[in-house]
Amino acid sequence: MRLTGAEIILECLIREGVEVMFGYPGGAILPTYDAMTKYTDRLHHVLVRHEQGASHMADGYARATGRVGVCIATSGPGATNLITGLATAMMDSSPIVAITGQVTVPAIGSDAFQETDVTGATLPVTKHNYLVTDVEELAYTIKEAFHIARSGRPGPVLVDVPKDVQNAVTEFYYPEEEIHLPGYRPPQGASEDQVAEMLDLLHNAQRPVILAGHGVTMSGANNELQELAERAQIPVTLTLLGKGAIPQDHPMVVGWMGMHGDAACNNAIQEADLLIALGMRFDDRVTGNIKTYSPHSKKIHVDIDPSELNKNILVDVPVAGDLKTVLRQVLPKMQDRSHPEWLNRIRDWQEDADERDILKRDTPGKLLAAQVINDLWKYTEGNAITVTDVGQHQMLEAQYYPHQRPSTMLTSGGLGTMGFGFPASIGAKFGMPNEEVWAIVGDGGFQMTLCELATAVQENINVNIAIINNGFLGMVRQWQELFYDRRYQSTPMLGPDFCKLADAYGIANRRVTSRDEVQSAVEFARSVNGPVLIEFQVEKEDMVYPMVPAGADLHDMKRRPKTGEEA
Amino acid sequence: MTEQPKPTGKITVVALVENKPGVLNRIASLFRRRAFNVDSLTVGRTHRQHVSRMTIVVDSERANPNKVAANLSKLINVIDVQVLNNTPHVSRDLALIKVRSDDADSRNTLTEICDLFPARIIDIGPDVAIVEMVGTEEHVAEFIERIRPIGIVEMVRTGVVAMGRGTRIHDTEYEPPVFTKNGVAKHTNVI
Repeated sequence: MRLTGAEIILECLIREGVEVMFGYPGGAILPTYDAMTKYTDRLHHVLVRHEQGASHMADGYARATGRVGVCIATSGPGATNLITGLATAMMDSSPIVAITGQVTVPAIGSDAFQETDVTGATLPVTKHNYLVTDVEELAYTIKEAFHIARSGRPGPVLVDVPKDVQNAVTEFYYPEEEIHLPGYRPPQGASEDQVAEMLDLLHNAQRPVILAGHGVTMSGANNELQELAERAQIPVTLTLLGKGAIPQDHPMVVGWMGMHGDAACNNAIQEADLLIALGMRFDDRVTGNIKTYSPHSKKIHVDIDPSELNKNILVDVPVAGDLKTVLRQVLPKMQDRSHPEWLNRIRDWQEDADERDILKRDTPGKLLAAQVINDLWKYTEGNAITVTDVGQHQMLEAQYYPHQRPSTMLTSGGLGTMGFGFPASIGAKFGMPNEEVWAIVGDGGFQMTLCELATAVQENINVNIAIINNGFLGMVRQWQELFYDRRYQSTPMLGPDFCKLADAYGIANRRVTSRDEVQSAVEFARSVNGPVLIEFQVEKEDMVYPMVPAGADLHDMKRRPKTGEEA
Repeated sequence: MTEQPKPTGKITVVALVENKPGVLNRIASLFRRRAFNVDSLTVGRTHRQHVSRMTIVVDSERANPNKVAANLSKLINVIDVQVLNNTPHVSRDLALIKVRSDDADSRNTLTEICDLFPARIIDIGPDVAIVEMVGTEEHVAEFIERIRPIGIVEMVRTGVVAMGRGTRIHDTEYEPPVFTKNGVAKHTNVI
C-alpha cells in the first residue's frame, strides 16, 4: 500500500488505538489535515482555540484513561504553544504524543517562515523527541514514540515531521515486531536481597507509614497497595496525584500529605519509624525542609525511575522497579502485623484537625470555597471525575472532595500549570464519555484558557465548569497576606461577567452567591446535556489551612485556630 | 604502570551512545538542566560504526556518581553507562602547547623538560615550537607548569578519555534499525 507521509501518520495513530486527537491546523501540517478527510470515520479531530489547549486536552485524556493522548500542531508558533502542556505532562508523567509540522527538510536552518527548532526547544520538557527527515523512518518512529510515551515512567514524546516528509510517498508497512531500544530498559522487579531488606523493615516497624503517589495507579498496583495496608495495618498517606490510588474512605487512609495536606499525615510522617514510599518522588511540596524531614525513620522507596531514588531524600532501601511487580514479590512473603497504638495516635491528630475544620464553623451569610467543593462532592455522590486548575480551589478540592476510584482527580501537581483545568476536563470527557466530568477552576486560571469554551460548544462536550470566583489570585494573595504584610500587588483581579460570557458562547449557566443555591445549581448542571458553567461567587479573602510555609519543617504547620481561639 | 583509582572531587563516567545527530545536545542539555558542572567531555568513534563513546568528567559538588549515571541512562540514545570512579582504569589527556623558542636558552630548556616527562616536540620554527604531551590529567597539568616559564603562547587540551582495566569489557552489540526499500524496519541484531 503506497501512502503519503501524512497518511502514514494517521494509519499509525489508528494502529496505536487512537480515536481522538486535539489540534490546530497551519501551513506546515496541512498535508496531514488534508489526509484526515479520508479517516473521519475512525479518527475524530477536535479543533481547539489555542494549541496549549490541545496539549492539556491530550494530557487530560491520558490521565483519565491511562491511554496515550494525542495533540497536533503546525510548525513555529503552533509547536511552541504546546510547550506548557508538554512540560505539565512531563512533570506529572502523563503519556502524550505530540505531532508537529515542520518546514521542509531543505528549508530547515534557514529561518524559514514559521520555522522553530522544535526538537531543540522541547528537549528539556519531553521524555524523548524526534525530527523525521526520511519518510521511510516515519512509521517506525511513531510506533517508537507511542512505546516510549506509555512504558516505563510515562511522559510526553514529540514527533516533528517536515512538510515534504508528509507529502513524500512510500510503501506503508507498520512494524509488527516489538520495539527494541538498547538504551531504554525500564526496570522490572526488585532483587531478592531488596525484597528481604523490605520485609525486614516491614516486619520490625512500630510506626510505619505508606506514602502512595501517582505511580500506584500508573502501575496498576491499587489492589496490592490495599493488601499491603490491610495486612500490615499501615496507615496510608497520599500525594496530591496519589488521590484515588486507594478508596479515600478506606479505614487505613489518613489523608493526603504536604504543604496543604492533612496535619495528621504530616505528623505521622514526621513521627514515623518507617516510610514506605511507593511511586512518589519526594517533591519539595510534600517534604518541606528536607533536613528535618521524617528524621526518625528508615525509608523504603520504590519507583520505576532510578534517577528519583536518593534524589531529594536519602533512603535505606532504594528499589528501581515496577511497583505492582515489586509489591507482588513482597506480599506473599510478608507476615501480617498490627500497630494499634500508632493508629490511635494518628486518630488523635485527626480528631484535633476535625475541631479546626472550617465546615464545622458557623459562617452565616458567607459562601466559602470549601463549602462549595464539599457540596459538589455531596451532590455528585463523590463519583465525578474532577479536573482542577491551580491554586486555592485546587488545594480545597484535595481537602474536601474525597475520591474513591483511581484516575478521578486530575490536576497539574508538579508544574502547577494555571489554565490546565478547563481544557484538560474536555480531554478527560472525550476519554471517559460515560463519566460525569467537572472542571473546578479559579477565576484566574480559567481566564488563561477560557477560549476553549468555543471548543466545548462546537463539540457539544458535556463538561460542567465550576468557577470558584473570589476576585483574587487567591493563593498568591494568601502568601502576600502571610509573608508580604498584605501588600496585594497584582492579585486583585477583574474578571468578566462569567454568566454573560457563557451566554455569548451559548452555554447554559448559573450564578451562585449563597450556600442554599449550591445544590440546585449542581443539579441543574447535571441535568443539561452539553457544557454548563456555574459561577460560585465566594468569600474574597479566604485562607487554605493547614499550611507548611515553603522551606519550613513539615511539622511546622500554620493551623486554623480552633473555635474560640481566634485572635 | 598501574593506576589505582584515587578519591578526587571528580566523577568520571563513560557513556556509549548512538552515533546520530542531536545526541551531544541531549547530554549537554541534561547536564545543564540538572546543574551538573562538566569538567571535560570528549566524544569519539568506537570500533562499531553506529556507536560513539563519551568520557565525561563531572565536578562532584552537586552530583554523585549514581545520580549522574541514572540521569544519563534515562536518555533513550544513551545505550550504556559506566562509572569509573571505583574501578581500576586508565585515563589520558592530550595537550598541544605552542611555546616560545626564539633563542637557544628556551630551546634547550624545552628539550630538557620534554625528555624528562616525556613529551614530544612535533613542530619547530624560528620563533615557536609545538609540543605534544600525553598523560593523565594531573601529569599533563604538571608538565604545563614546568614549561610555563618558557612562555606558552597557545594551548589546547582534548579532555580526558578513560577506559576500565582488565576483562570487564564496556561494549554493546547495538545496531540501528534498518529501513529497507519497502519501508520494512529491521533490527539486524534482534532478528
